[in-house]
Amino acid sequence: MDYSVIFSYMYTEIALTGVIVAALLYDLIAGKRGRRFFHPVMCTLMLLFIAGTVFPYHKDSGEIFGGMYVYTPVYGIVKSVLAIGTLIVFLQAGSWLRREDTRFKRGEFYVLTLSTLLGMDFMISAGHFMMFFIGMELASVPMACLVAFDKYKGNSAEAGAKYILSALFASGLMLYGISFLYGTTGTLYFDDMPAKIDGSALQILSMVFFFSGLGFKISLVPFHLWTADTYQGAPTAVTSYLSVISKAAAAFTLMVILVKVFAPMTEYWQLLLYIVIVLSITVANVFAIRQKNLKRFLAFSSISQAGYIMLAVISGTPYGMTSLIFYVLVYMVANLAAFGVIAAVEQNSGGKMDMDDYNGLYKTNPRLSIIMTLALFSLAGIPPFAGFFSKFFIFAAAFEEGFHVLVFIALINTVISLYYYLLVVKAMFINSNDSPIATFRSDTGTRLGLVLCLAGVLALGIASSVFDGISLYSFGLMQ
Amino acid sequence: MNILSLFPAIPVLMMLGLWLSRNLKQIHAVMVTGASALLALAIALVFMYLGARADGQAAAMQFTDSHIWYKPLNIHYAVGVDGISTAMLLLSAVIVFTGTFASWKMTDGAKEFFMWFCLLSVGVFGFFISLDLFTMFMFYEVALIPMYLLIGVWGTGRKEYSAMKLTLMLMGGSALILIGILGIYFGSGATTMNILEIAALHNIPLEMQRIWFPIVFIGFGVLGALFPFHTWSPDGHASAPTAVSMLHAGVLMKLGGYGCFRIAMFLLPDAAQELSWIFIILTTISVVYGAFSACVQTDLKYINAYSSVSHCGLVLFAILMMNTTAATGAVLQMLSHGLMTALFFALIGMIYGRTHTRDIRELSGLMRIMPFLSVCYVIAGLANLGLPGLSGFVAEMTIFNGAFMENDTFHRTVTVIACTSIVITAVYILRLIGKILYGTCTNPEHLKLTDATWDERLAVSVLIVAVAGLGLFPLWMSDMISESVLPVISHILN
Repeated sequence: MDYSVIFSYMYTEIALTGVIVAALLYDLIAGKRGRRFFHPVMCTLMLLFIAGTVFPYHKDSGEIFGGMYVYTPVYGIVKSVLAIGTLIVFLQAGSWLRREDTRFKRGEFYVLTLSTLLGMDFMISAGHFMMFFIGMELASVPMACLVAFDKYKGNSAEAGAKYILSALFASGLMLYGISFLYGTTGTLYFDDMPAKIDGSALQILSMVFFFSGLGFKISLVPFHLWTADTYQGAPTAVTSYLSVISKAAAAFTLMVILVKVFAPMTEYWQLLLYIVIVLSITVANVFAIRQKNLKRFLAFSSISQAGYIMLAVISGTPYGMTSLIFYVLVYMVANLAAFGVIAAVEQNSGGKMDMDDYNGLYKTNPRLSIIMTLALFSLAGIPPFAGFFSKFFIFAAAFEEGFHVLVFIALINTVISLYYYLLVVKAMFINSNDSPIATFRSDTGTRLGLVLCLAGVLALGIASSVFDGISLYSFGLMQ
Repeated sequence: MNILSLFPAIPVLMMLGLWLSRNLKQIHAVMVTGASALLALAIALVFMYLGARADGQAAAMQFTDSHIWYKPLNIHYAVGVDGISTAMLLLSAVIVFTGTFASWKMTDGAKEFFMWFCLLSVGVFGFFISLDLFTMFMFYEVALIPMYLLIGVWGTGRKEYSAMKLTLMLMGGSALILIGILGIYFGSGATTMNILEIAALHNIPLEMQRIWFPIVFIGFGVLGALFPFHTWSPDGHASAPTAVSMLHAGVLMKLGGYGCFRIAMFLLPDAAQELSWIFIILTTISVVYGAFSACVQTDLKYINAYSSVSHCGLVLFAILMMNTTAATGAVLQMLSHGLMTALFFALIGMIYGRTHTRDIRELSGLMRIMPFLSVCYVIAGLANLGLPGLSGFVAEMTIFNGAFMENDTFHRTVTVIACTSIVITAVYILRLIGKILYGTCTNPEHLKLTDATWDERLAVSVLIVAVAGLGLFPLWMSDMISESVLPVISHILN
């Protein structure tokens, strides 16, 4: 076997494995003094990793291991998006990891996070259901450890338990679905399946099971029940990772598999998605209005954002895939900015994260308030911030395929979502507070991460080159 | 760089300048420089535009420029102006200029206030120069969101409630516009977002037009205070700080009328002809209902806000008549209402800043105490009720003249009904002036108050000159407008 082929297509995963090994070794060798530099070292490593893998090396697709692993340029793009998000999460996790109670196990944080990233990369590149499943498990098992990272805290441990139980249930459901699929088609290769899929009852059932499994990961309604508690209980760095990276990877994979494998059953999964989108957006919005804790608030906001992402999936077109990746990228910078601010406030104010605590924040911490405001505006889809463009594009994607009423429902929901995003803005700018959170300086990593996010929020929409670049490589249903 | 791109670019530079300013003096310097530059640019543009027309440039849009932005959706940054948008740009520049001076005494968070104010004007200017649906919509939304903070932070009264109500209602309207834009784009074959090109294609099926026309019209109509979607306007205007009321009632509400005309009717002409009667009824209600509501209000700002509902209703009423005279009148009315309502809000702000009340029951005899402001108030009032020689007369005369040209019973009837608003306007304006300006001052506290300072005089004088100028020399403006209205109307009718 020609090993150079493996290297030339699997470069992201191989490089990432290298980073993980480096992290493990550094943790082992560096000693007490060296470990103080763990954070900058890891951030630099991630930066090098991104620099090396951000541009796709091949203009055409390829497969290795007999089609188990597939490479196409657009997968490369998604993986770089995830890696950039992970870097921002790392930057913002610095001060939390330096705390007395987490300091001794910070190596584990990096290794576990990067393992889940590796799992997601494999999941994205899978060309076979076995490979896909292994990738997904690799992405979700370490995730449970991360959620329960502050294990001495009751709600963190509870969040971990909730996450692992629902993840296992989802995996079981999905495996069950895949087994039906194997039973009716006799293969697990993505490429061979469409020819043997005819929309029989068993296959519809398997599609639904499969969809439910990924629905748990993306936290779509009605599979969202774990989300709020897990987001609230997990450490903020992990929550931000969970809400963005893992959701993005799962949403993209869902689109790829629906488009590639279930293409003959398009009308069935479009109907399924239709219902799920309406439920996700509406239910999440209604619940978000009532939230007082900002992490729970963002949990429901992220459920409704997931519903918007599905608008791109339902179109099934190459244009839809472009808008999905773009939406995910924009959502990532905006959400990470919001979580970055929450984490900074939490670290510097002794764990405050209720909306009332943010009253009058603008008076004491104007920059953080501005960043939070811009991030929320972007999430709500207000121009000239990037979120406006990404929302417009996914609406156009769904509209093009004739889902006019669905787009209308989604648009009405953007107005509702604007209401609750403005509540936070109102708390920071308008409400008065006798004892506002004191002025503080956040650490360099957090600030660097926030600047990156802010640059994304401001520039991604106005600079059209990112969107154009993605659109060169996207694919969709065969017409 | 295209001259039109300077319009949104200057406020962006002003924002940068404000961000770097250290004290109030620098903030004022930046604002005055920028606002004067905008005003000069707008006046220069009017002359350049008239010059280009005199040279025989016949294209519908002048000074056009187009850059591809998002290829997959054929989105361009496309700009260009005709007589209508030139007039609107001039109006916006005047209001931004005077708004700056009207908020001269703003000290609490002046930097942020002016930054949001500039962002608002980026949206307004960008909207009027855009020829591309997407770009236009983007600027439209840019103009809406700063309102929330401007009212919520610097407003008075029930500011939080008003700010949220205004933002959500306008955003609801823009959600309708967005789906309408998608409908127009995909309905016309998804080949272009350029307004002129879509109009030239003229290929949107009638059954789709029937869906998208009401949606887009209502979407823009929310901002144009179309009954029954006008309820944000009185609360919003009453709570907003002076300069924001001026800009919002003076310019932002015009975005609604302009959008209805330029997008809803121009791009969906067949449905517009078929369904216009529904909206004619609604706008007639706006006109009369707004005027009657103004009669019973006691808060100065509420009176003016309801008066705005009535006058902006007249704008929409006129464009729905679909003839050149009425539509020219509509644009004149946008200008005239923009200027005089800004004047009103500026004066109300100045009076409120001194007396700390806007309740007409507590004000009386102000003519003796602040003669300058009071005289200006009288002039604004007379312009509002349509006295010949001031702008209101020119606009309303043209509108009713045009509307009466439609010689079927329905159009005649609604025109007569709408005409009654002139009388009702006279009632509430004269009652107001008689009550607060004349008579004897009953509140001894008010006797100590002073008249306008230089910055206030400047702001008010500029507006009065503009109102009188439009009223005394209407022809150069109405010629410029009617020549640009003509191709739009003939496109709608064919």
